[in-house]
Amino acid sequence: MAEDSASIRSLRSPLGRARGIGSAKGGTRHWWMQRVTSIALLPLSIWLIFSLTRLMGADYVVVLEWIGNTFNAVFLLAFLTAALHHAAAGLQVVIEDYVRDELKRFAAICAVNGLAVLMWLAATLSVLRIAL
Amino acid sequence: MATFTLPKNSTIGTGKTHKAPTGAKQVKNFKIYRWDPDSGENPRNDTFEIDLDQCGPMVLDALIKIKNEVDSTLTFRRSCREGICGSCSMNIDGLNTLACLKPIDEVKGDVRINPLPHMPVVKDLVPDLSQIYAQLRSVEPWLKSDTPPPPDAERLQSKEERAKLDGLWECILCFCCSTSCPSYWWNGDRYLGPAVLLQAYRWIADSRDEATGERLDNLEDPFRLYRCHTIMNCTRTCPKGLNPAQAIGEIKKLMVERQG
Repeated sequence: MAEDSASIRSLRSPLGRARGIGSAKGGTRHWWMQRVTSIALLPLSIWLIFSLTRLMGADYVVVLEWIGNTFNAVFLLAFLTAALHHAAAGLQVVIEDYVRDELKRFAAICAVNGLAVLMWLAATLSVLRIAL
Repeated sequence: MATFTLPKNSTIGTGKTHKAPTGAKQVKNFKIYRWDPDSGENPRNDTFEIDLDQCGPMVLDALIKIKNEVDSTLTFRRSCREGICGSCSMNIDGLNTLACLKPIDEVKGDVRINPLPHMPVVKDLVPDLSQIYAQLRSVEPWLKSDTPPPPDAERLQSKEERAKLDGLWECILCFCCSTSCPSYWWNGDRYLGPAVLLQAYRWIADSRDEATGERLDNLEDPFRLYRCHTIMNCTRTCPKGLNPAQAIGEIKKLMVERQG
């Protein structure tokens, strides 16, 4: 569709181009989850920064103990999940904004979301190994 | 990728300078974008020195004076000269607005005038708006109702219901907002843009309309609606003082509301 309307050679009517292949009937969840995660990240980030400044210069064992605490582990997992979801959703929007080529756009969105899932799995596994 | 630089055939050169008549006391420079599709040349900026003592107060007055007295080939749209027809929308001093509502003395230094940004140019200050008109047509901006109107009366609205249309019905479709929106610049083929979304909301908010769900269905799309990132250029530039960003926000709220 992008190439279609960018091309001066296309003789399709403007209304045909505007209607295109119709509405995706989606996007609301993506947009809404971005807002929800951003609100969740407000208290979670403050809590994390506050905790990390208190742990500054602490021993390895002390940090392990801190992560091992059930309360801390739960909030750390919540932070990681919200942060990675928010980052991936935001980057996807940037890609959709600026990458015009359909194939490149698809590939870039897959790469960003795939990387976010891998990072989430690695980070979650790390926290669980310490906490369990 | 989105294009951030002008293609070679669109780079703007320096054009002619039309001197003010001798004896002019209050001279203001108007630097106006010129492009003639028949000449085969690149666009250029012409400078017109205008004696403000011999000119009306608005930018449109200067444009009409130039066309009448200096260069009759200068091409621009205008009709009502009082901010109700939306024809003379253009970029003046870096902001999209109506030439008829923009006082010359609000501009410090030279008055730079360009066509609405990121639209195909037909000639000089005249942009091709056929795509944006088609997008407006695609949201079906008219009353849709299965209930027939009362045989001897009009369709009624309460005062509160009518008040919901204030700030929406005043839009004159000059498209200053849509052409100021970066999202519309990069993805204007799929994103509907603030002007068209405000029009869509004008019918969604109308208590007499019975096609609200159908209208929302048509808008619910990552590109048609969700390219709006509340950049707010639309609200800042609107020469009628309307708030398209708020109208888009209301559409998004309804989208979430109907999710359950």
